[in-house]
Amino acid sequence: MSLFYVVIFLPFIFAIFVPFIYKLFTPRIHTGWFVFLVPLSVFLFLLQYIPAISKGNTIFYDLPWMPSLGINYTTYIDGLALIFGLLITGVGALVVLYSISYMSKHREALHNFYVYMLLFMGAMLGLVFSDHILVLYVFWELTSISSFLLIAYWYQRKSSRYGAQKSMLITIFGGLAMLAGLIMLSMLTDTYSIREMISKANVISSDSLFLPAMILLLLGAFTKSAQFPFSIWLPDAMEAPTPISAYLHSATMVKAGIYLVARFTPVFGGSSEWFWIVSGIGMITLICGSVTAVNQKDLKALLAYSTISQLGLIMSLLGLGSAAMYFGDGDASTMYAVAVLAALFHLINHSTFKGSLFMVVGIIDHETGTRDIRRLGGLMSLMPVSFTLTIIGSFSMAGLPPFNGFLSKEMFFTGVLTVIKYPVFGMEAFALLVPLIAWVASVFTFIYCMILVLKTFLGKHRPERLDKVAHEATIGMLIPPIILASLVIVIFFFPNVVSHNLLQPALVGILPEFAETGGIDVEIKPWHGWNTELFMTVGVVVFGALMYRYLKKWSLFYGLIPQFLILNNIYNQSLKLMETISLKVTNRYMTGFIRDYLVYIFSFMILVLGVALWLSNDFSFDPSNDASISLYEGGIIFLMAITALSVFFANSRLTAIIAVGALGYLVSLLFVIFRAPDLALTQLVVETVTTALFLLCFRYLPELRKEISRIRFKMTNLGVSIGVGAIVTLMALSVNNHRLFDSISGYFEGAYTLAGAKNIVNAILVDFRGLDTMLEILVLCIAGLGVYTIIKLQLAGREKE
Amino acid sequence: METLMSILIGLFFTIGTYLILSKSLLRIILGTSIISHGVNLLILTMGRLKTGGPPLLGEKFIAFTDSLPQALILTAIVINFGVTALFLVLSYRTFKTLGTDDMDQLRGIEDE
Repeated sequence: MSLFYVVIFLPFIFAIFVPFIYKLFTPRIHTGWFVFLVPLSVFLFLLQYIPAISKGNTIFYDLPWMPSLGINYTTYIDGLALIFGLLITGVGALVVLYSISYMSKHREALHNFYVYMLLFMGAMLGLVFSDHILVLYVFWELTSISSFLLIAYWYQRKSSRYGAQKSMLITIFGGLAMLAGLIMLSMLTDTYSIREMISKANVISSDSLFLPAMILLLLGAFTKSAQFPFSIWLPDAMEAPTPISAYLHSATMVKAGIYLVARFTPVFGGSSEWFWIVSGIGMITLICGSVTAVNQKDLKALLAYSTISQLGLIMSLLGLGSAAMYFGDGDASTMYAVAVLAALFHLINHSTFKGSLFMVVGIIDHETGTRDIRRLGGLMSLMPVSFTLTIIGSFSMAGLPPFNGFLSKEMFFTGVLTVIKYPVFGMEAFALLVPLIAWVASVFTFIYCMILVLKTFLGKHRPERLDKVAHEATIGMLIPPIILASLVIVIFFFPNVVSHNLLQPALVGILPEFAETGGIDVEIKPWHGWNTELFMTVGVVVFGALMYRYLKKWSLFYGLIPQFLILNNIYNQSLKLMETISLKVTNRYMTGFIRDYLVYIFSFMILVLGVALWLSNDFSFDPSNDASISLYEGGIIFLMAITALSVFFANSRLTAIIAVGALGYLVSLLFVIFRAPDLALTQLVVETVTTALFLLCFRYLPELRKEISRIRFKMTNLGVSIGVGAIVTLMALSVNNHRLFDSISGYFEGAYTLAGAKNIVNAILVDFRGLDTMLEILVLCIAGLGVYTIIKLQLAGREKE
Repeated sequence: METLMSILIGLFFTIGTYLILSKSLLRIILGTSIISHGVNLLILTMGRLKTGGPPLLGEKFIAFTDSLPQALILTAIVINFGVTALFLVLSYRTFKTLGTDDMDQLRGIEDE
């Protein structure tokens, strides 16, 4: 086992020790300090791969797990996986650092918190480094589960539980769909390895399972990455502690879907379906998220919708970029590849600025006691550091210089403008629409960024509306967002460090055809002349500022959206509807009456046997081989029929009991005729005892009442009974005429030589098949004990009570 | 003979099933009893009827009726007897404790 696996599994291993550390050191030392070492060391460990990766190399490891099934934890480190690995551990380390100040060591159950968090971190690392699809799925579900646990961290709150359940239902649904898609892919290519699938991409694209596999896979990616219409879980996941929101719901988990799409672009990319679905859904998510974010009153909800919108942006860029595979090589291909590069770049940028923004919002919440925009205001002079951090984060998110968001936003505009330049897949008619949506979404992004900064920090400070006296946070809480915010600026000034070392190797991972040409060498420049993209940004700023100025006037329009169109309501209603329907259906057939269940059972029996008999065409009726009937025997059988019918019509219990007894004696008479002396004897005795028992109980049982029930019910019963009788008769007749081989009873006729017995039946009972008899004695024994227990013990027990 | 027996067995099953579907506990027990008669006769009939003498070796018959079904039925009769007895006592207890033998009222507890 390579050292790599030890490092990757370090979060899992350490999670085991967290509760012990918590018990030992609380409240002297915050548990977070110990946990902090884990992501930090993994981060430092992963840094050593950068030189190799930036040269275009890839690293392969293999760890056997279930070799006989071909399931191994194979790892493939390339630029894409490394970007995610570094983000997970880097942001993870900062979030843990932040949580040390955020989570009180006196009040909170820190051991739970850090165990869940480490579980999540380990799962996420396992996910991005896995080359084996089933292992990938295992880690994928682990992230869902740990995220569920973290959202419901304050489980005594109803809203936490609601948010956790919602995210669980949606992401697990997507996860299962993804599993189906992955299995389809492995069936198509006969391999579990993503690498090998990519090399067999042409096999996949020509198969009829191509589209189902793609859609199922995308369902997984879209649910995880909160794309339209599965975005509804993300705002409710904001019930989690803020470090978790910063970590899971902005920087890492929601990007698992992005990772999946990027990872499978070489498999599906280049097809029009992939291009349309991914970029289309991305665009819808982008615009819906940004428009909704403007209307939010809660800072975290605003950030949640902005995350949704930014994820949509990245997703649409990945979709657009997949067209590069369609063009193969040439100018168009390079232009579309820039979109993929932009997606990756924005992925990193988004993690930096959104992480820091969440942390700042957490600080505001922590220091003022509220996140409600309407109650906040005028915090600029009170919280200058947080104010600066918010400006950096928001302006970066809005796409303004000198922050990294500007660069990726410009590249995003380049990407959408490419669609006009090189329209593909019937895009010609809509070519103008793509940049337009992108531009409008950017305007809205600008507006909510302004809301975030201006409404929180400017305006009049109203301390009477706040629960606490507002003041700047402690330095420990500020350091992590400061680091992230400085990264925001550093990346702006030195984008090519990131680009050369990480983005370009990752690009080769997503678009393998660039591997031969050594990748595309796009110099990311902060200043790129007066081009269309820059004018678009200027337009965004101007329009955004104007719209922010008149926000009060036009935001009334949000009230006009009908309730039933809001996705959340649809989700809640459908959940409620499903519950009512299933309850109704269950109550409909689970009536609690044994009679109903018996009717189901008997009807099913009639149906199955009848259909089997009919389909197999095996019914035959041939009385020619029958034994003869003498008048005497016919008389007995007729008598039996009469007796049975008299039970049927009997109104008095005595008549019924006597009739059943008479039936038993007649049966023993039949046994005599059919040459079965032992049977006749036993039947006589048993029938006598049974009738005696009936008569014994008879004294204590109630008088038979006439069955008063609706005629329809009686008819159902009668129909079912006749059906059962008919099926049994038909079966018996058919069996009689299908004798495939002779009886084995000829062997038992040697009873005297074999067992020294002249009575064959008795020899069978005690010698040939003695085991049956022994167990039958046991049955009688148990029945006797049961009778005794029922009569004696329970009565005594009841009386004591 | 076998055809006639098959029809008789069908009649037994019809009546037994109808009684089992009724409300009164006593009828249900009587119904199971009738069905068990039907089953026993069915086993016997399926082993062919009257093909020889009774399965006793000392009696100088050349052919015997099939002995295996008879052994099976013998076991079935005894088991059936045990079950019926238990059933009967159980229904007696039920009536004693709950005061009803109406299956419609025996529906378990309310908050199930």
